[in-house]
Amino acid sequence: MNNVIICLFASAGFDRATQGVAGAGRRLADALGGQLHAIMLGAFTATDEAALAAIADHVSVATELADYQPETCLAALTQLCQPLAPRAVLLSNDTYSQELAPRLAFRLGGSAVADGVELISHSEHLQVKRAVYGGKAVATIALKRNPAVVWLRARAFEPAAPRDVTANVEPAALTLTTNSATRIVERKSESAGEARLEDAQIIVSGGRGLGGPEPFEDLKALAATINAQVAASRAACDAGWCPPTWQVGQTGKKVAPGLYLAVAISGASQHLAGMSDSKVVAAINTDADAPIFKHCRFGIVEDYKKVVPLLREKLAAARQ
Amino acid sequence: MNIVVCLKQILDPLAPAREFRVDNEKKEAVRGAASLVTNIFCENAIETALQTKEKLGAAKITALTFGAADAEDSLRKALAMKADAATHVMNDGATNPDPLAVAQVLTAAIQKLGAFDLVLTGRESGDWGVGQTGALLAELLNTPYVGFVDSIESADGKLKLKRQTDNGFELVEATPPLVVSITNDEHNVPRIPKTRDVMMSVRTPITKFTLEDLGVDVATIRAGGDYYAVADLSIPVKDVQCEFVTGDSLEQKVEQLAQRILEVTRAL
Repeated sequence: MNNVIICLFASAGFDRATQGVAGAGRRLADALGGQLHAIMLGAFTATDEAALAAIADHVSVATELADYQPETCLAALTQLCQPLAPRAVLLSNDTYSQELAPRLAFRLGGSAVADGVELISHSEHLQVKRAVYGGKAVATIALKRNPAVVWLRARAFEPAAPRDVTANVEPAALTLTTNSATRIVERKSESAGEARLEDAQIIVSGGRGLGGPEPFEDLKALAATINAQVAASRAACDAGWCPPTWQVGQTGKKVAPGLYLAVAISGASQHLAGMSDSKVVAAINTDADAPIFKHCRFGIVEDYKKVVPLLREKLAAARQ
Repeated sequence: MNIVVCLKQILDPLAPAREFRVDNEKKEAVRGAASLVTNIFCENAIETALQTKEKLGAAKITALTFGAADAEDSLRKALAMKADAATHVMNDGATNPDPLAVAQVLTAAIQKLGAFDLVLTGRESGDWGVGQTGALLAELLNTPYVGFVDSIESADGKLKLKRQTDNGFELVEATPPLVVSITNDEHNVPRIPKTRDVMMSVRTPITKFTLEDLGVDVATIRAGGDYYAVADLSIPVKDVQCEFVTGDSLEQKVEQLAQRILEVTRAL
């Protein structure tokens, strides 16, 4: 069978990262000559559901799984995927998907791989390209078992165009088994209302060179002028200048926005590992030899303290 | 409580990118002048285990690695940090076995060591960044699994795990035995061993297993496993050339920068 399944957590909505997973699934299913099944954990809004139904061949909604509990959700997903005999199962690279994917692969008799940025389907085994060695190298991994379970780097995949046909949206046929060995008893969001950093189209990021927490206020003001989200390097997070959820890098979030503006970030490989797949990288740094510039389309060698306020004015003026 | 912490020794991820080379035949990195270090998330796992032991009052922490002869250094460091025991499964086969092969070996070693309550792994490694060892261990050991944990408390015979999520954190109640993967946080920065403990660690005996000792599928594991294979490994060619904005004044340069940014953002 050449069916492809995408597993989507409804809580994220049909955001850009989720659209990328749907797009990757659509193209892979078409390349394999199979059907695209979407399994929803929780329910989308009517608008988001319609958008998904215009891309997938089948949509099943498991409202029972809106409250994520690791063991219950894994057992349920296994139950839903198994009868479809998928060739591939694709997920996003959020916390829950990463926690589930290798175990789901194991239970389905397949193999999993992390952080895919490209899927190659023309050989015997599905192949997945991904960054390794902190972004210093790129590996192509051949998954020897079926199904191939892959979680995808957010934004590395283009959305698919809506089709003229619309999939039926049906409730998932599910027998839930409760497993009380683990239970999530409290959830706390530190960035309520904001989109996921992985989903941001533009990111303004600050590093060690900022020297303290205050300059992040200036970055926020700058970011606001271009609808960007603010992120940070590990050094800035470790110093406590901003919340740990802002961290981009090998030990933080892996992002691939359309524009990544690095402010006072030298570009250690730890940081590059999290953002080098960005479409355009630009930097503000006093050191022309800083490694970050090797990844930049354009940049300015100046003190951020002088550049940021002026840049904010100019971008704000252009908005009028 | 018996806590097993799985460690991986890797090429120092902080080695400069300009010196990084790959062997296209073997499909792995060339060590060159880079040093070998314990993967940072594995060190966070050791630190978390030590803090858990301090909170519980009593526990036995065993550091476990599957690696070549050099990997003993990672176990010595764990012992110097005050892990109670160390076990080394000697890898005399493929240098980069796939995650299922690694998990099969670690599972067999953990079962041979006896009863366990908690198995900790790092969230992912700084070389291949596979991020599957903990989850696959849970499947093979038939236990629950919780990922991205940064601290562990104990209450009423249960464990309370704090774990990081995309936009905050969660508290998870868990009944041992279970497998947990550890991520970094300001509270689990690995401690620096005391000189005296470093000296002591050299004299601590390390339990050594060969693959034959473990009753695993030795031939498959020596060949690197049958889960996945590295088909290609290459250093990406960067075709980006940074254009530095120019101008006679700061004003002119920033004006240019703003224009370049707007060109990009308008096209998005």
